[in-house]
Amino acid sequence: MTTQSYVAGYPQQTPAKVAAEFCGVSKRYGPVLALNNVSFRIHRGEMVSLLGANGAGKTTAVKLLLGLAAPNQGTIRIFGENPRSPGAKMRVGAMLQVGKVPETLKVREHIELFSCYYPNPLPLPTIVEKAGIDGLENRPFGELSGGQKQRVLFALAICGDPDLLFLDEPTVGLDVDSRRTFWREIRAFVECGRSVLLTTHYLEEADALADQILVLNCGTIVAEGTPAKIKASVAGKTIRCSTLLSLDQLRAIAGVSSVRAQKGQVEILTSRAEIVLRELLALDATLADIEVVSTGLEEAFLEITRREGAGNQNETKMEEVAL
Amino acid sequence: MNSPANTANIPSATRDATTWEQGKVVRTMKQTLRIYFNEAKAEFLMRLRLPGYVIPTILFPLMFYSLFGLSHSQAALAGTTVGAYLLASYGIFGVIAISLFAFGVGVAVERGQGWMQVKRASPMPRFAYFAAKIAMSMLFSLIMLLLLFTLGIVAGHARMPFTAWVGLSGTLLLGVLPFAAMGLAVGYFAGPNSAAPMCNLIYLPMSFASGLWVPIQFLPKAVQHIAPFLPPYHLSQMALDRIRGGFSTSDWVHIAALNGFTLFFLILAAIGYRRDEGKTYG
Repeated sequence: MTTQSYVAGYPQQTPAKVAAEFCGVSKRYGPVLALNNVSFRIHRGEMVSLLGANGAGKTTAVKLLLGLAAPNQGTIRIFGENPRSPGAKMRVGAMLQVGKVPETLKVREHIELFSCYYPNPLPLPTIVEKAGIDGLENRPFGELSGGQKQRVLFALAICGDPDLLFLDEPTVGLDVDSRRTFWREIRAFVECGRSVLLTTHYLEEADALADQILVLNCGTIVAEGTPAKIKASVAGKTIRCSTLLSLDQLRAIAGVSSVRAQKGQVEILTSRAEIVLRELLALDATLADIEVVSTGLEEAFLEITRREGAGNQNETKMEEVAL
Repeated sequence: MNSPANTANIPSATRDATTWEQGKVVRTMKQTLRIYFNEAKAEFLMRLRLPGYVIPTILFPLMFYSLFGLSHSQAALAGTTVGAYLLASYGIFGVIAISLFAFGVGVAVERGQGWMQVKRASPMPRFAYFAAKIAMSMLFSLIMLLLLFTLGIVAGHARMPFTAWVGLSGTLLLGVLPFAAMGLAVGYFAGPNSAAPMCNLIYLPMSFASGLWVPIQFLPKAVQHIAPFLPPYHLSQMALDRIRGGFSTSDWVHIAALNGFTLFFLILAAIGYRRDEGKTYG
């Protein structure tokens, strides 16, 4: 194994347990800083989810990990090696966001071609079973439905029996049923001790699959932890009402995590609806049109990343915002 | 990490120890050759199933030869007959289309729509992608030439020694290379939608000005002066020398010119590749 020493501040750990490592990585595209000093590790047998809105830097991170682009700063290691080295590539599988692949080739031909790149590919029947593409082997790629195409791309990602799998928004455009089937397939893959990095903008997806979630916003990690921890920090209620209080006054109320004006009303996001509501009624005798609803996880998450971005306080951890 | 994952990790770790030592790639020559072969096979099947590619590249040379080559096939022209002369012209016409479009449109589309990234993220040897396209272009060219030559012999009264046929075929097949390089340059600069019109904009005027549609000696003087700056002119002069038999000293000039064009287009493609790398497209 490599003797390279890693950035200080990490608990010392044998590199053998680390599948992928991102150390102080920054990536710039012209004037845009896509990633700003990002560090994280993916351990063996761990499923890590990179969660963030479009443009948060998720795909950039995946590209860097695959060696498709070089970072401007920082180090990236895949099993202790440069991601561009053939040794790293042989142990990695990737499902990228692809517009189109050669549509006249049959599914079987695509899989057979990709399998021969790897030293120990899975047998075709195993790939077909794991990716749930039974019966599609002799169909041209172009004739498949959106969900079937995604599954074939998944098959290409796992055909080399990789130790580390990258899935870049694998379920975008899939209906709820296909998404859940897909989750089952991904889970089955990790149960064999593989590592997975999954990028998604669905918190629900990260929650259903990941051991660790990293929330990425505008190129920085704004929160990280287990799904339970992340959920606890964003779950809450939304209070809608008409009030004379200003937005700033509302923000000053203890327990309010964010406020925004919406169609002549205000929307208050809070983790302690009862206390905030009592306070509102005390402050504003004219309070009307009150409506309290549970905030969807997605909504709460989007609200917080939006606020983070608008306030340009990327260093603020999500927990602090929610409290 | 949770415990079930830990226990399941063990077989994977032992496998690592046997197959992987410090990231050294264990791939035998035989495995590498298999990748190249499979890559070329996939490329060939993929193209063969695209009527939009096969029909113009294979049928147009045959069609043009039938229209212009058959009526006065036995008339003398530039030291040979019209029937033989136009085999070289339309053969090159086909070879250019096959290689220019396979690379120009192929690379632009596969790059622009993300497929190239999937390939680049995989451990496929990078050159296999290009080698496959070259091999496929040569195989397509060979098929097209066999059909065209058969038509020439049967209906165009084209007669020459066997060595001349072999020399002509070999010259035209090697002619794939400069136009593959030209296509590569187009593929790295054009987008997936603009690549095909751009290839046509290069292909048709270039073929005309090089004397592939109308023999060069019948073109206006101005065009005759432009022709030496175009690669098909040099390829067609070489091909005609093969038909007439013998090797003239001017062939060295043509060989040098074609090599120069190839190098120029490869450098252009490399610039396009660098410009492209790290951006949205792979």
